[in-house]
Amino acid sequence: MEMIFLLFIFVIAAFLGRELISKVPSQLHTPLMSATNAIGGITVVGAIVAVAMFSAGTLGMILSFVAIILATINVVGGYLVTQRMLSMFRKKEDKD
Amino acid sequence: MINNLAYILACVLFIMGIKRLNRPETARRGNFLSALGMLIAVVAAFFENEVVQSWNTADWLQNGYVWALLAVAIGSVIGILWSKRVKMTGMPELVAIYNGFGGLASFLVAFTQFLRDPAAVETIVAASIALTILTGAITFTGSMLAWGKLSEKISGRAIVFGGQKIINGVLALAAIGMMVIFVMPGIDEGVRLAVIIILAGISLIFGFALVLPIGGGDMPVVISLLNSLSGVAVALAGFIIANTVLIVAGALVGASGMMLTLIMCRAMNRSIKNLLFSGFGANPAVSTRGPGAEPKAISTEDAYLMLEAAGSVVFVPGYGMAVAQAQHVVKELAQKLEAAGAEVSFVVHPVAGRMPGHMNVLLAEADIPYEQLKTMDEMNPAMPLCDIAIVIGANDVVNPAAENDESSPIYGMPIIKAYEAKTVFVLKRGKGRGFSGIENELFGMSNTLMIYGDAKATISALVGEFASE
Repeated sequence: MEMIFLLFIFVIAAFLGRELISKVPSQLHTPLMSATNAIGGITVVGAIVAVAMFSAGTLGMILSFVAIILATINVVGGYLVTQRMLSMFRKKEDKD
Repeated sequence: MINNLAYILACVLFIMGIKRLNRPETARRGNFLSALGMLIAVVAAFFENEVVQSWNTADWLQNGYVWALLAVAIGSVIGILWSKRVKMTGMPELVAIYNGFGGLASFLVAFTQFLRDPAAVETIVAASIALTILTGAITFTGSMLAWGKLSEKISGRAIVFGGQKIINGVLALAAIGMMVIFVMPGIDEGVRLAVIIILAGISLIFGFALVLPIGGGDMPVVISLLNSLSGVAVALAGFIIANTVLIVAGALVGASGMMLTLIMCRAMNRSIKNLLFSGFGANPAVSTRGPGAEPKAISTEDAYLMLEAAGSVVFVPGYGMAVAQAQHVVKELAQKLEAAGAEVSFVVHPVAGRMPGHMNVLLAEADIPYEQLKTMDEMNPAMPLCDIAIVIGANDVVNPAAENDESSPIYGMPIIKAYEAKTVFVLKRGKGRGFSGIENELFGMSNTLMIYGDAKATISALVGEFASE
């Protein structure tokens, strides 16, 4: 039963994502992509849970340790570079 | 309970964040909200039962907090340094490699979950594990290859060989076969381990094989598609550990990447199928028409005299402008033209640059106000009224063959109708064909004047002419 609920959440979220993105103008597509790329790093949550589970053994720990590093690079790097890009988008009057 | 509430809050912040990315005025705040959501989700992860339980272990090496915090610290330092050092022209490579990292991370999470209890994985969880391994691995190697092609560490050309489709078909069937065996109940533990390792291997090769026949010019679409796939991998990983925030965030990313992919395909008048499997650009098609009229070249002095008299000037920048690092001098020239009384705008094709919207970022970096940036649809109707169109390092997106030559590989792609301007300047390095290897009849048209040479040097010379007035 729980799986059905999760599937339900997935489908609704996918449609919501579609609606949200279809209104983004083309000039913001690169920041949009790097921002959603950063959100994709949410897998770090799964990796943090996994690193603490010693039932997966030493190998499991090493793998999830590496997973946290990779996902954190994705998250931190993604948000910072998006912010860097967006701070360059300014109106003409802002600069004068 | 409390961490589930935190996850709901994180999801809400992600949604609000993405929503605010639809206007330049609110986009920075949107990015901040989304980052805040991520912070909340990560903190909440430290309060998950599995993590909390590991606190009481006698051996500090068994303490989940030690390892998780250490890994987060390492990843943060690398992420901070990297994001500060990357050049804006290198954004597509950066997004490609981050996609790859995200995919690999999901892959590793799935593998760890399998190792936890290889014998007694429920069928539905086993299916999620297998699918996460598949999508995560494809995202990883596909992104790495895309990164290699974009950074020109390897040839950007589409690589096509005989039997490629058969090999890909065999790989796909083998992957499906392995997944079916993996989810079957009552399979021996050792067999299961072997099957998942083989599946991982096949998926890693499959990622390479899928991106191999796609040329450098189609990378904007590939990057979007891989972005989408990395989101799917995250959502699938969420199914394994029954974590809602992974599912919601993954679905948002997956859907957004898919939308962008479709937008890109539409802008090139190609289907995803055609893009992935046709090996476009591997064998540059020779147009059935002979070469057009010989292009006429003019000097920068003559070009200056015409620009000085122009009432309206539109720039058509392509990736060549970014390669020449000419965006800053282009901005200077735009200012000089405005000072001379001309109306200046920039028109950006949806697939200009190496990722969706890339050109807008490069122009924004050069401090060009975004009100001056026009989309193709906004600018095309006004093009016949325009005195001079300056094409800088763009080629296919202004090629009239897309409109009138059915034998051309780009036939049907919407283009910027630069040829309708009263005069067209084309800045080009040399007389050869462009990146895609397609003949461009715009160069030989009667209203087109070529200015050969490095784009940056040419624009600088024009700025110099204005300054010496």
